[in-house]
Amino acid sequence: MHSIVANGISKTYLQKKEKIAALQEVDIAVKKSSLFGLIGPDGAGKTSFIRILVSLLVADKGEAFVEGLDVVKDLRMIRQKIGYMPGRFSLYQDLSVRENLEFFASVFNADIQSNYYLIKDIFKHLEPFQSRKAGQLSGGMKQKLALSCALIHKPSVLFLDEPTTGVDAVSRKEFWNMLKNLQQYGMTILVSTPYMDEATLCDEIALIQSGRIHQVDTPENIIRQFPEPLFAFKADHMYRMMVALKNHPEVHSCFAFGDTCHVVFKRLTNVRSVAHSLDLGGYGHVRYEEITPNIEDCFIQLMHAK
Amino acid sequence: MIQSPIIETNQLVKQFGAFIAVDHISFEVATGEIFGFLGANGAGKTTAIRMLTGLLKPSGGNARVLGFDVYTQSELIKASIGYMSQRFSLYEDLTPMENIRFYGGIYGMSKQKIELRADEILGELNLTSFKDQLVKSLPLGWKQKLAFSVSILHRPALVFLDEPTGGVDPITRREFWELIMRYAHEGHTIFVTTHYLDEAEYCNRVSIMVDGKIAALGTPGDLKQSFQSVNMEEVFLRLVGNPVS
Repeated sequence: MHSIVANGISKTYLQKKEKIAALQEVDIAVKKSSLFGLIGPDGAGKTSFIRILVSLLVADKGEAFVEGLDVVKDLRMIRQKIGYMPGRFSLYQDLSVRENLEFFASVFNADIQSNYYLIKDIFKHLEPFQSRKAGQLSGGMKQKLALSCALIHKPSVLFLDEPTTGVDAVSRKEFWNMLKNLQQYGMTILVSTPYMDEATLCDEIALIQSGRIHQVDTPENIIRQFPEPLFAFKADHMYRMMVALKNHPEVHSCFAFGDTCHVVFKRLTNVRSVAHSLDLGGYGHVRYEEITPNIEDCFIQLMHAK
Repeated sequence: MIQSPIIETNQLVKQFGAFIAVDHISFEVATGEIFGFLGANGAGKTTAIRMLTGLLKPSGGNARVLGFDVYTQSELIKASIGYMSQRFSLYEDLTPMENIRFYGGIYGMSKQKIELRADEILGELNLTSFKDQLVKSLPLGWKQKLAFSVSILHRPALVFLDEPTGGVDPITRREFWELIMRYAHEGHTIFVTTHYLDEAEYCNRVSIMVDGKIAALGTPGDLKQSFQSVNMEEVFLRLVGNPVS
C-alpha cells in the first residue's frame, strides 16, 4: 500500500522568457508508514516537488496522490491529512512558542491536549521557553517548534523540506531520532536533504538532480548496484598523487574523499601494478584497498553515467 | 628555517555582557596547513573567526594573525587575508568579471594583474562563456567555485572559509575541495569551518569547540584514535553530543 504516488510530474518555470525545467517526468511511490528520503543538491527540484505533493503548486504535467487523494482535485481534504514543514522557517517570529503551537492547532481545529503525545518528546525541550518569542529561539529550538507545529493536527503524512540544512551534526542526529520515533505511530514521512550521509537513515531514497530522479531504492540496494570495484588510495603526498591518478590512462574517475582518493579504474586494469608504479613515482607510501561505496560515491557514479 | 605560526592565539576571550562566547582559547595554525575549525551551532566559532579576521575586538587574551596583532593591526589583517562564506561572497547583480574587478580593486591590485588573474580563473573554471552573465544566474556549484577563486584573487597567504560547501552536488563538493587542496599544496594556509564532518578528514588538523572552549585539537587520525571512533562524526558526537533521551 502506497501513501504517496507521483506519476510523470513535470514543472517548468518561466524566468525572463526562458523556460527552466524544474522537474522532468518524476515518478515515486512511497510505502505507507515508511521514511522516504528525497536526496539531492540545491536546485535539484526537491522543493518544487514537495510543494506539488502538498498541493501548494500545480504541476504542468503528471498526477500525484497522497493517501489516495488527488493533489489538485482534493486539495482541501489533503491539507487535513498532511503536515508540512517548509525549508525556510515557517513560524510566526513575534508570537511565543505557545502561541505558535496554539495557532497551528486552531487552524486545523485540533486539540493540543489530545494530540500532545505525538509531540511530547520534541516539545519537552521547549517547555521551559513557552513564553519566549519564536524569533528569539536558537536554530535547533526553532526546528523543534516547527516540527511540533507541523504535527499538532496529527497528520498521517508528514513532509519535511530540508529540515537539517545548516544544522550541526548533533542536532541533525537528534532530529533524525525524532523522525524515527514518529514512525511508531504509522506516519508516512517524506524528507528532503542535501546531506548524502543522511540517506542511510531512510527506508527508501530517491536520488534527484536537475529535475530528474536518478534512482529510487533502499540505500542498501543502491550501494549494492554500484557497477565497478571502488578503491581508496592514500599516500604521504596526497595532492600530487591525486593529480597523477586523475591523469592516469587506466583511471575512469578519481575524486578526493577526505584523506583518501576514491578511484574507479577502467575494466581489466591491474590495480596492483598501477599502485606499484605510483609508489615508484615518489608520492610516498602509496597504499590502497577496495572499499564499499557510500551514497555519495553512488550519486557521483550516476551523475557520470548520464 | 623555523616558520612562526600563521595564526597564534593565547587565552583569547570574547564576552557579550555576562555571556562568554569564546572562553580562553589558545591554539596555533602552521603555514601551509588545512586547519578545520569545528563546533556545534552556538559553540563560538563565528565569534572566534570574527576576532581572527579583525572584525571584532577581543575582550581579553592575545592573538596574532600573519604576525599582525588583532587589537592594533586589524586593518592590516583584513587587507592580507582571503575570506569566503556560504552566505555572502559574490555580488549577485554583477557578472563574474565585474566581481573579479571589484574584489581586485578592494585588494589594491593593479589593473593588468586583475585582468591576468581573471583570465586564469575564468579559464580554469570553464566560466569564460558565462563571464558576462549575472552571477545570480549561475548554477550554485559554479558560484561557489568562483567565490573561492575570488577570495584568493590576491593570493593571500591565509584564507578563511566559513561553511563554504553547503548544498552543492557531490562532484562539485569534491572539485571544490580539490581547489582548496591545490591552494594549500602551493604553500598557502586554509582555515575552514564546516558542518560536513566527512570534510574534516581533508584537514591536516582539526579543532572542535564546545561551549566557547577548544575541547579537542589534533590530526583527524589522532582524534579518532583518542576518542576510539571510526570517523570524525563519531568524535564530534562524543565531544558535543547529548542525545535526546
